[in-house]
Amino acid sequence: MIDLVLLGDVLAGTARLGTPIAFAALGGVIAERGGLYNIGLEGQILAGALGAAAGSFATGSAVIGLGCGIICGLISGLLLGYMSVRLRINQLVGGIALNLLLAGLTAFLSRQIFGAQAGGARVKGFSQIDIPFLSDLPVVGPSLFSQDPLFYLLIGLAIAAWFWLMKSHKGLDLRAVGENPKAADLAGVPVFRMQYLAIAVSGALAALAGVHLVLSQVYVFAEGMSAGKGFIALAAIILGRWSPIGAICAALFFGFCDAVQFKLQFTSPEIPYQLFLILPYLASLIALVVLGAKASAPASVGLPYDREHR
Amino acid sequence: MNRFTMQRRIAIALLLALSAGGVLILLDGHNPFEAYKVLFLESFLNYWGFSNTLVKASPMLLAGLAVIIPMRAGVFNIGGEGQIYIGGLFGAVFALAVPDLPGLLGVPLIFFAAAVGGAFWAAIPAYLKAYRGTNEVIVTLLMNFIAIHIVSYAVAGPLLAEGAPYPYSEEVSEAYRLPILMPRSDTHVGFVFGLAMTVILYFWLRFTPSGFQLDLVGRNARAAAYAGVDQKKTVIRAMLIGGSLAGMAGAIEVIGLKYRLFHLFSDGYGYDGIVVAFLAALNPIVAPLTALFLAGLSAGAGTMQRAVGVDSSVIEVVEGLVVVLVAAALVTPRTRSTSILKPLARNLRLRRQTQRQKKEA
Repeated sequence: MIDLVLLGDVLAGTARLGTPIAFAALGGVIAERGGLYNIGLEGQILAGALGAAAGSFATGSAVIGLGCGIICGLISGLLLGYMSVRLRINQLVGGIALNLLLAGLTAFLSRQIFGAQAGGARVKGFSQIDIPFLSDLPVVGPSLFSQDPLFYLLIGLAIAAWFWLMKSHKGLDLRAVGENPKAADLAGVPVFRMQYLAIAVSGALAALAGVHLVLSQVYVFAEGMSAGKGFIALAAIILGRWSPIGAICAALFFGFCDAVQFKLQFTSPEIPYQLFLILPYLASLIALVVLGAKASAPASVGLPYDREHR
Repeated sequence: MNRFTMQRRIAIALLLALSAGGVLILLDGHNPFEAYKVLFLESFLNYWGFSNTLVKASPMLLAGLAVIIPMRAGVFNIGGEGQIYIGGLFGAVFALAVPDLPGLLGVPLIFFAAAVGGAFWAAIPAYLKAYRGTNEVIVTLLMNFIAIHIVSYAVAGPLLAEGAPYPYSEEVSEAYRLPILMPRSDTHVGFVFGLAMTVILYFWLRFTPSGFQLDLVGRNARAAAYAGVDQKKTVIRAMLIGGSLAGMAGAIEVIGLKYRLFHLFSDGYGYDGIVVAFLAALNPIVAPLTALFLAGLSAGAGTMQRAVGVDSSVIEVVEGLVVVLVAAALVTPRTRSTSILKPLARNLRLRRQTQRQKKEA
């Protein structure tokens, strides 16, 4: 019986810790399928978190907070898009710069907005929703079917993203841009518009990770609260083989590792918990080496497209 | 683009970033000139402030060189942070395992052990890049986190000092501690070591065939191949040198500053190295200056907050903007990136052309 309780705990932790990573990874998949690296996920999570905290703090409504967070994510995505699509700055440098910039800017703005409380202002967030009947199931019920609304939103968005990317005409266009922008351009696909769209959506999804941290987990904004989740998401993209569903499974696996690690720190200090912290990165690394990136990574990811260049 | 335009553009980018930071300081209700004056006076002209700047500049310089050298061969080493950690670990393990050597023998051996550690950590992405074509950015990034957790395990487990309240190792023996450069401060000779490395690397890149091969591969891999340069070997060599530089930065943190291996002992110096490298436009001889500048900014941020009351996070914003703007200002001709001004100029030219055509019609 104790093991079942433990299992339920770990499952609930998996969903809670995996959700932000999954949002960010989903965003990363959309961008990379359009041929753009989004190394700025980490910063965009912070932007979303600050937007959500500020919106909810100002209006007392979690939904408005959600909206503000998404808008901040869209803007930060477009900024990265401007750097990578228009200026054709090295996309990795652009992303790293965006992370630095947003880490500083969100810290600065949070002190301006929340003042002396230094980001310690509690804001109104989402409460969990129990899905009727399913939430009464043993073990999986309380952990998977009585989550906050953003968890359900994640599941919905994942399916929608998969359908859009793999089954719709526009999604095919986007994938074409990521594989061979020249060919897509010649076929009449608006390459730059698709890339801007992808990077903006990507920023908004990463921001949702931050929204989840603020409005469903801790209810305050804290400086640097993304704590490397944007980078773990980059790993989840690889492990998930650049597929929306795969990335989310990978993200949930990372959430599982994190949940186990937390449990271990308390229950069995003799097992090195760092093992489970390393596991996600190691798994991604091995996936990258053994399965090879070339087979499933978009062929033109990271290469700026220049019409005038052969 | 010649060197003069490049430097002018970097200067403009720096000014723009500082002005944007100035606007934020103004929004915060303070005088930006006053704030910057305090920041730069305190971190460069005050004895204690400057010693603080030097302490930070030492790992930043080596981490910057660890980005510059591989980048010259076209490899992007984001893994400086991880290499610092593994270098620090190797150095500390050696220092603790062999505590009785004389300093003149022990310290070079510690540096060597650290260099081996860093190079080992860089060798994995280098091999994958050269022989499997795996993207080095992702691999080095992943390996940073692995390295941090390995060190955190080491200092919380096998290396944990007796009775330590916080995860850190035993102290290294007195003989191994780096000499102090500025009396009565913490400033060790690490920055001087970095300067020596800078000069060596500068001459290596400039005047030796093997150094020239690096640039050849970085700028035009195909031409390098036709010239008979072994591309794989060059890439691996560049990464190994980069890794050993970062590894030694880790050792300096251990035997120069804290005399112990700490959990999370590097405060993002590996990532600062990327900023140092870009500000220096990948020229090693400029790196000491840019490392000092960046170190001064972050050392002075706290002083500025205490003295003027400006929030220190403004400086983080400035650092981010510096990278964005410098990256935008740098035209690296053969890599298809372009400057911030070029699209604008092109637009203007096209607009003029269409206007002229309209007039003629």
